[in-house]
Amino acid sequence: MSAPPTGGEQLTGVFIGIEVDQTVADDAALAGRLAEVCPVDIFAADGEAGALRIVEENLDECVLCELCLDAAPDGAVVIKKLYDGSELRRG
Amino acid sequence: MRFYEYESRRIVERAGIPVTRYGFCTTAEAAREVAAEIGGPVVIKSQVLTGGRMKAGGVKFADTPEEAAEHAAAILDLAINGHAPRGVLVDPKAEVAQEYYASVIWDGTVKRPMMLFSDMGGIDIEEVAASHPDHVGRGHLSNLLPVSDFHAKQVIARTGVTGSELTRATPILARLARLMRDCDMTLAEINPLARLDDGSFVALDAHMEMENEAKPRQKELLEELGIEAQDTREPYEPSDFERNVKAIDAADHRGVIQGKDHGFSGNLGLVIGAGGGSLTLTDAVRSQGGKPANYTEIGGNPSVAKACGLAKEVLRKDGVEKIAVMMSIVSNTRVDIVARGVIKACLELGRDPAETIAVFRIPGAWEEEGEKILRRYGVEYCDRSVSMWDAAGRAVAKIQEGT
Repeated sequence: MSAPPTGGEQLTGVFIGIEVDQTVADDAALAGRLAEVCPVDIFAADGEAGALRIVEENLDECVLCELCLDAAPDGAVVIKKLYDGSELRRG
Repeated sequence: MRFYEYESRRIVERAGIPVTRYGFCTTAEAAREVAAEIGGPVVIKSQVLTGGRMKAGGVKFADTPEEAAEHAAAILDLAINGHAPRGVLVDPKAEVAQEYYASVIWDGTVKRPMMLFSDMGGIDIEEVAASHPDHVGRGHLSNLLPVSDFHAKQVIARTGVTGSELTRATPILARLARLMRDCDMTLAEINPLARLDDGSFVALDAHMEMENEAKPRQKELLEELGIEAQDTREPYEPSDFERNVKAIDAADHRGVIQGKDHGFSGNLGLVIGAGGGSLTLTDAVRSQGGKPANYTEIGGNPSVAKACGLAKEVLRKDGVEKIAVMMSIVSNTRVDIVARGVIKACLELGRDPAETIAVFRIPGAWEEEGEKILRRYGVEYCDRSVSMWDAAGRAVAKIQEGT
């Protein structure tokens, strides 16, 4: 766990980090599902290909509902609590 | 909700209290006509919802209708404390034998209306109460029982007024009390109440303030006065802080934040709320010698961005050294979300959360997670075992010690 960030305007990802397995991120159907279930719009499905994008400015809004973990295959999405170094994942 | 003087006059008049023959005008020509109808010397008064009219040149005397028109034109163009006048009131210059003060206010401590009367009118009642307390009569009224003239008589008699003056002033104070209760006023004031040379009493100036929430109940009165529903009558211009907080709240539907800093100039910023917590906590800070920089309300599970936005606005205020983040025990707002918001505000402003957050006392949902976040940034977490009073006391102590 690194030192807490300081300074600067509009910090993102201060408290929460999200990791998505690349093979899953390229799956348009899964990207759409993640974008749909997340109540705070952390996931977006971009372009015609529907590639998954993490919306950085919304990361710290994560309410730890774990709906994204339920929507993805086990281990494909990991929620990182940057303030205590712990992780939420399935499987 | 405040009323202009010309509206207050009408309210007093419809309650059966004698007033002078006045006219409300929005043009100089109309002022000339009213002055001609009145005949004799008149006074022209700016109709603004702010004080200091006389000093600012918003009150002028005229001997002729032409002079009245001239003064009215000047006053109509004169903004006072940033307020453009709604119009002018043209009033006869009355021959006054003596000026009195009469009011009925809501006494929030006793939770009952209170009548006030003084035989020293025309000046601030606070000044009279301080310098001549024996010239101020007071008496509380029931919220339910009818107002009797006897109650008013007792209050007036306490100032030493007797005889025909007492007899004539009594129904005026009693009617003022009835109108205050019937019209849901928080303040019904006549100052000065004048005794003319012939012994009669008239209200020369009136000031009325109504409970905002009573607007639907008082629809008939407001319609009669021509006041539209969207006329909010803000008592002062909102500050940048107030405007910014309102904009942050409006931009995000999650949770609710409100902020006021009118009349606050302290060094302790408050990010407080939940179930009456804001009022209790502000009082608790003040009672323990603290100086709040603002008043806020936060609750209903705001987003991190909203909590952050509020905390940033509080921290940006001039003179704010630290913030106290506190809520009532009944809060269901997530502790971790608010913790993220206020810490992010500190970080984004380049301030150390451990130094900046004097106390963080929000008991409730997700408090274990909130405590982990606060611990990471060196901020002590206070749960429900720390009372609101003690939390406020800790914040005050920290800011006074400079730690």
